[in-house]
Amino acid sequence: MSGSLSIQVGQLARRSVLRTLRQPAQIVPALVFPLFLLAVNASGLQDATELPGFPTDSYLTFVLAVPFIQGALFSVMNSGTDLARDIETGFLNRLALTPLRGAALLSGLLAGSFLLGVVQAAAYLSVGLLAGAELAAGPAGALVILALSVCITVAFGTIGLFAALRFGSGEAVQGLFPVFFVFLFLSSMALPLDLLTTDWFHAIASANPISYLLQAFRSLLIEGWNLGELALGFGIAAAIFTVGMLAATSALKTRLVRT
Amino acid sequence: MSRAAGIAAVARAVAWRSIHNFLTNPAFLLPAVMFPLFFFISFAGGLAAIGEVPGFDFPSGYTAFQFVFVLLQSAAFGGVFTGFAMARDFESGFGRRYMLAAGHRSGIVAGYALAALIRSFITWGILTAVALIAGMNVSGSAGEIIALYTLAILVNVAATMWAAGVALRVRSIQGGPLMQFPTFLVLFLAPVYVPLDLLSGWIHAIASINPVTALLEAGRGFISGDPVLVGAAFAIGITLVALFTLWAKGGLRSAEAAG
Repeated sequence: MSGSLSIQVGQLARRSVLRTLRQPAQIVPALVFPLFLLAVNASGLQDATELPGFPTDSYLTFVLAVPFIQGALFSVMNSGTDLARDIETGFLNRLALTPLRGAALLSGLLAGSFLLGVVQAAAYLSVGLLAGAELAAGPAGALVILALSVCITVAFGTIGLFAALRFGSGEAVQGLFPVFFVFLFLSSMALPLDLLTTDWFHAIASANPISYLLQAFRSLLIEGWNLGELALGFGIAAAIFTVGMLAATSALKTRLVRT
Repeated sequence: MSRAAGIAAVARAVAWRSIHNFLTNPAFLLPAVMFPLFFFISFAGGLAAIGEVPGFDFPSGYTAFQFVFVLLQSAAFGGVFTGFAMARDFESGFGRRYMLAAGHRSGIVAGYALAALIRSFITWGILTAVALIAGMNVSGSAGEIIALYTLAILVNVAATMWAAGVALRVRSIQGGPLMQFPTFLVLFLAPVYVPLDLLSGWIHAIASINPVTALLEAGRGFISGDPVLVGAAFAIGITLVALFTLWAKGGLRSAEAAG
């Protein structure tokens, strides 16, 4: 990275991080909502562990993977809403008058998502383990969970950036939330793929990449080290990041031409 | 014009505008219809195996078991979403024009409540059709099914009055989380996934004293043709409507005082 590009990224990253830190309304729901659902689901569905073939006797351990994905969904909203606000207030227009590079803008804006990803992952894992969840992969596994969670959060953040640049409105970005929730709900969120007995639901969940992101977390929590599951999880996160960045870069070019 | 006729005239006008906005704006219509459907698909499809958990003995099957929860949930959120519309109207100044124009201001709240009910009828119609197509077993008699939908109406009116009380006090869409989160909380701290008897620990203790539990158990009794807690459920429903109507009237006084 050239010197000027690193300075540009650094400045925007600093602004993105400060803006995230100064908005408790972004951080608190992203922490509280997934933890509330974790508590309710872990207690309400504990009996599911009695199903033949369920991989663990602790539903809390099984469902602890879910908050990491829910937290990443908040990243879509937060990164997208922040950028949409910059568009709505004319800040992006002013940036367009500077020699700022598009790559710097997008990378810098993702710094807020990165920070939120670290805070979220640490909070979910700590609360889960304190509540009695198991971590078969041990302390090193905790680090990999943090890394995977941050990768997914940043990858999802690129989709928020794309939506903001494409639609230019915070309301439109907020409208994506239900769409992403649908992806989560139509996955192996509540039961392993093998135990999804409804055929059409099993087919959809098997084709849904969210199921494999969840499985990557679960492999560390329940099995130990399963390199195939982890590679698939990191690979899907990388694919989402690549597609999201390409789409956002293209939308940024269009947006800057418009303005 | 008598007082009742005056209130009815105001209510009709407010309800017509609210329903017109709801039906002509996909941003309002789609989430109201899609959210309950996705909850239903996710719970009934993705958790079907829960019906095989030892001790789970619901004669009409897991689809009907979850249908009742999603029906009552959509009833409650139909009321909350109407509260959002009310808050938006007051934030934009339209609510103040209502207050100036209406001869009987309680008709404004009644109009929003009527709109919430009509919105819910649309949602319930689609939800019920999807559930029947998905093969839901209905063992209850026609009278019991009418009783189930009557319970849902009580929940809808109570939720609308709760949200209206908040909207009229806050008079901004920023009051949205205050309307939504307690509703979400009280719904999910009930026996959502399995009957109360199969819950254990803290969730059992809370669900046992949660009034929504009686509503859910009565609703599930109706659909399976084995009514339980009927008197308690209707008493709770009517009490909630009465209490939250007082809360909404207090909100109306607050909005009047604010000018």
